[in-house]
Amino acid sequence: MDATITTAKAGALTPIDQAKPTGAVADPIFVGALWASGIFVLVLLGLIIAQLFEGGLPALRHFGIDFLWSAAWNPVTENYGALVMIYGTLFSAVIAVIFALPLSFGIAFFLTEIAPQALRRPIGVAVQLLAAVPSIIYGMWGFFVIVPLIAAYVQPPLIDWLSPIPVIGALFMGPPLGSGMLTAGLILAVMIIPFITAMFVETLESVPPMLKESAYGVGATTYEVYKNVSIPYGKTAMVGAVMLGLGRALGETMAVTFVIGNATRLSASLFAPGATIASTIANEFPEAAIGSLKLTSLLQLGFILFVISFIVLALSRALVRSRLD
Amino acid sequence: MASLAARRAKDTAIKAISTGFAIFAIFLLAWILWTLVARGLPALRLTVFTNVTMPPGQNGGLLNAIVGSLIQIGLALVIGGPIGLLCGTFLAENGKGTKIGSAARFVNDILLSAPSILVGLFIYQLLVIPFGGFSGWAGGIALAILVIPVVVRTTEDMLNLVPVGLREAAFALGAPQWKVVMLVTWRAAQAGIVTGILLAVARAAGETAPLLFTSLGNNSWSVDLSRPMASLPIAIYQYAGSPFDDWVALAWAGALLITVGVLLLNIMSRLVLARMK
Repeated sequence: MDATITTAKAGALTPIDQAKPTGAVADPIFVGALWASGIFVLVLLGLIIAQLFEGGLPALRHFGIDFLWSAAWNPVTENYGALVMIYGTLFSAVIAVIFALPLSFGIAFFLTEIAPQALRRPIGVAVQLLAAVPSIIYGMWGFFVIVPLIAAYVQPPLIDWLSPIPVIGALFMGPPLGSGMLTAGLILAVMIIPFITAMFVETLESVPPMLKESAYGVGATTYEVYKNVSIPYGKTAMVGAVMLGLGRALGETMAVTFVIGNATRLSASLFAPGATIASTIANEFPEAAIGSLKLTSLLQLGFILFVISFIVLALSRALVRSRLD
Repeated sequence: MASLAARRAKDTAIKAISTGFAIFAIFLLAWILWTLVARGLPALRLTVFTNVTMPPGQNGGLLNAIVGSLIQIGLALVIGGPIGLLCGTFLAENGKGTKIGSAARFVNDILLSAPSILVGLFIYQLLVIPFGGFSGWAGGIALAILVIPVVVRTTEDMLNLVPVGLREAAFALGAPQWKVVMLVTWRAAQAGIVTGILLAVARAAGETAPLLFTSLGNNSWSVDLSRPMASLPIAIYQYAGSPFDDWVALAWAGALLITVGVLLLNIMSRLVLARMK
């Protein structure tokens, strides 16, 4: 599909009237636009990285590399650090994956092996629609519906039973506020289930039927085939799917902002209010004046989030490799 | 190995649990929708569409937010649509097997899942600070950056479904590439490309985070792209966290509107896709 070849062909077809080939002018422009748009996407990513880095540079200069592991976030003394937010980002995303993973395995099993053929599409679409619901809607649902439920029915018994236990009790300390790390992780889990499930289903459907039939032939049950044939076959891509879910959870903003409690303190408890990088940026930005140390600290946080998401998403894509390259 | 009865029991149990998980996922969707209907529908009066946002207690609506959202989504589409279409075409036609093509595909996949709040920060740095303030332009351009990867991906996928023979037939007739692409390949993949654009609109319509630092929101009527502009998600965000009951009710009405719109767009595009495959 090289432009020069096609124009040459077109020219060869009209040797008599000496007419210019139809693509002589338009084709270089069109092909140029195609290449330019491809390069534009590359430049766009570069620009995003450069702008975030440049914006956060003053904070990096002021606090040095210590910014990464300083737990301070004090607007009065103008002392800022990223540790609390990095911790909150990773912690809430990992909680989300822990809850989303078994559910995604189950739903994918249901959609590929159990559900009657006629029901697979509608149920699959319904699960996918969970991904289409806007983040802010999850935030409102979480804040007005889920937070009160957790505060009333989930936290009090868990705090009563588990907080006296040494070591793991620390995870369940604190007042039953409803909001906090656990709630954020739960909402994020609902949001990433459709992404993980869709990629699980795609992977499971690519398992050669012959492999599965051989296992059925020696008497394996449906679950045994799923566990011992299908999952091992798609393992790499499925790890990639989980990474994609993790990547999505890391950068989710509005839903988390509503339910995490927005406290810039470090706490080991699942019930303690916390903050993620994204929620901190959304929350504190309105109070950050142009040129202030706070604003550049927020931009620096943004750069850190970009680096973390980039690594996770790039890993995910390398593992899935479901697309042509 | 366990006895046959035990293995069968385990199989049945896991099947039951998996079915339960699937039902639970649908239950969650229904729960969210029910919450929106139960709280949003009573607040969805005609004044929501006819009045602009007003101080609490004054029977305000969401007109400026709805119009602002439509303008910014339109702008995002006008900017992001063509770039996405061209880039998707590049990946499916000229970029195949080239280093730039592979790199662009990789980068596009990253952009597709990158945190949208960072797009807002990026545009804040790139446009808001240098050009002296929050504006509808900045909001529309931020949304355009979210539109592009969605359009690129669906366009590429859809063009890859077009048989190579169709292209070869057109080339054999002496058609230049621009004609082959525009009159043959794009036309063959038309429905799929439109689907991608619908999905992109759905994504842009629900995004809040990228607008926080770009178009900011505006509590009075304004269609001036060079000034801060209201949008439905920002109005919802502002109202949902407020202590006033009528504002919270308006937030639910807006949330219902946005969710119904986004889900309908999604279902429509899935129907088109199902017919293509």
